[in-house]
Amino acid sequence: MTIQEIQDEIVDEFSMFDDWMQRYEYMIDLGKSLPLIDESLKKEENLIKGCQSKVWVHGEMEDDKLVFTADSDAIITKGIIAILIRVFSNQQPAAIIDANTDFIDEIGLKEHLSPTRANGLVSMIKQLKLYAIAYQTHLN
Amino acid sequence: MLDIQQIRKDFPILNREVNGKPLIYFDNAATSQTPQQVIDCITDYYTIYNANIHRGVHTLSQEATDAYEEARIKIQKHFNAAKPYEMILTSGTTDSINLVANGFASLLKKGDEIIVSALEHHSNIVPWQMLCEHTGASLKVIPMFESGQLDMEAYTSLLNENTKLVFCNHVSNALGVINPIEFIIEKAHEVNAVVLIDGAQASPHIKADVQALNVDFYVASAHKICGPTGVGLLYGKESWLNKLPPYRGGGEMIDQVTFEKTTYAGLPHKFEAGTPNICGVIAFGAALDYMNNLGFEAIASYENELLEYATEKLLAIGDVIIYGSGAKTAVISFNIENIHPYDIGTIVDKLGIAVRTGHHCAQPIMDFYKIPGTVRASFSFYNTKEEIDTFIEAVKKAKMMLS
Repeated sequence: MTIQEIQDEIVDEFSMFDDWMQRYEYMIDLGKSLPLIDESLKKEENLIKGCQSKVWVHGEMEDDKLVFTADSDAIITKGIIAILIRVFSNQQPAAIIDANTDFIDEIGLKEHLSPTRANGLVSMIKQLKLYAIAYQTHLN
Repeated sequence: MLDIQQIRKDFPILNREVNGKPLIYFDNAATSQTPQQVIDCITDYYTIYNANIHRGVHTLSQEATDAYEEARIKIQKHFNAAKPYEMILTSGTTDSINLVANGFASLLKKGDEIIVSALEHHSNIVPWQMLCEHTGASLKVIPMFESGQLDMEAYTSLLNENTKLVFCNHVSNALGVINPIEFIIEKAHEVNAVVLIDGAQASPHIKADVQALNVDFYVASAHKICGPTGVGLLYGKESWLNKLPPYRGGGEMIDQVTFEKTTYAGLPHKFEAGTPNICGVIAFGAALDYMNNLGFEAIASYENELLEYATEKLLAIGDVIIYGSGAKTAVISFNIENIHPYDIGTIVDKLGIAVRTGHHCAQPIMDFYKIPGTVRASFSFYNTKEEIDTFIEAVKKAKMMLS
C-alpha cells in the first residue's frame, strides 16, 4: 500500500469513533500492540528531543525500503508513534520525504493534543523524514 | 471562614469551559488566576492614567508615579520590609535571583562556597552554576530525604568559614514541601554567610515577614499571588543592596552622566533601569490588597483542608505514590504505579482539568526518585471539594484506560 492509501485507511478507522475517549482508547491499544524494540536501540542517539515523554526511533534499510522501529515510556505517545510507523515504515525513502501529513489533522490528533505534545508529534515526523533524507542521500 | 462561592465570582476565568467541560484549574503552583479587581486595575491604568513615571511634570505622569510608589509600599508592608527602597521591583523571581547572582560575581573569589538545596527549581541552580564558573567558587548541595525534607544535619556540616552564600526555596515547587528556612538562615549567619530565600511558591500561602526571618534577600513573583505575569520583587537588606553593583545600565538607574563618569542613583532606582512594568506593579499592589482582604490565615487554613481532602481521596484510588510529606502547601505531586504522568495529564485535560505533568523544572528531584516526572495538582482558595471529587473521578478513569 502507498503512504496515501494507508493514511486514508487510518482516517476511515478514526471516523468511526464518536468521541475522544474511544479515539484515545484506540490509540492506547495501538500503543500496547506496538512490537517491542530491541533494548540496545533505546540509546541517546535515537531519543527524540521535544517530547515530555521519552521517544526512541530507529530506522534501517531492508532492500529498498526504510523500516522503522520505535518505543516510548508513555502509552499514548506510543500509540501516536505506532500510527506514524504504520504510515511511514516499509516505504521507499523518496516516498517518505514527499509524503504529506494532513491525516493527523483529519483524525483529530493535532487539535486534541496539548501544545507540548503536538511539538513532540512534529519532532517525531521530522525525525522519520530525516532518516528518509539520510538514506536517500546515501542511495544517490 | 471564606465564602468560596462568592470568591469564585471574582474570577471570570472559572466560568469558561475546556473540551466541553467546566474548567477545573489545579495548576496554581505554576500561575494563579486573576480576580476581576486586578483586571479592573489593569484596565483603569491604560484607560485613565497610562504614562511614564519618575520623569514627567504632567498630571498623568504624577498619577502613575504615585500609584507605582504606593504599590511598592503595599509590597513593602506585605513582606514587612523596614524601608520601601529595600523592595526592588523586577520582572519576576528568576530576574531577582539573577540580579543577586550577578552582583555576587564581584564579591566572590576562588575557594568560596555557595550552598543550594537539592529541592531547587532549575532557575535556582543555573545562575549559581554560572556564578561559580565565573568566580571559581564551588557549589555545595543540601541533600534531601525520601520524604522530600532537607537534611538539616548535612546542611550544618556543609557550613564553614568559606561559605559565602546560602540559597534555598521557602517551599519546593515540585513537591510543595515547606523548608525550615528559619533554621537555615540562623545557621548561615553563624558563619557570616548571606542567605537568599526564594519565596515564589510560598507567597500564595505564607505571608513572609522578612524582618522577623532576618533574611538577607527574599524573592517572589506577582503571578503566583493573583497578580499579573512579568512582575516580581527582590527584597534585600539595605546594607546588602548598597554592596551590590547595578545589574543593568539605562534610564532611571543613574544620578549624573558625563562621558567621563556616571554616578548611580540611590536605592531602589539603582536596580530599576529603564521603564519598568508600571501597570504590572500597580496591579501587583491590587492583588496583594485582594489577598490580604481575604486574609492569609483563612486562605492557608482552607487550602490545607483541600490538601487533606484530596490526599485522602487520591490515596484511596490505590497504586498512588505521593512525593513529599510533612509540612506542605496545597500541592500534591504524585504518580500511579506503572503509568507515565504524561498519559494521566493528557486524559484529565480531556476532562477539563488543568494539572501539571513533567519534571517541574526540577530534574534533580526526579533523578532522586528515579522517575521521569510527576502529576502535580496544586490548589488555591478558589478551588472546591466538588472540583476535587471530579478530579478524583478523572484520575480513576485515566487509571482504568491506561492500565
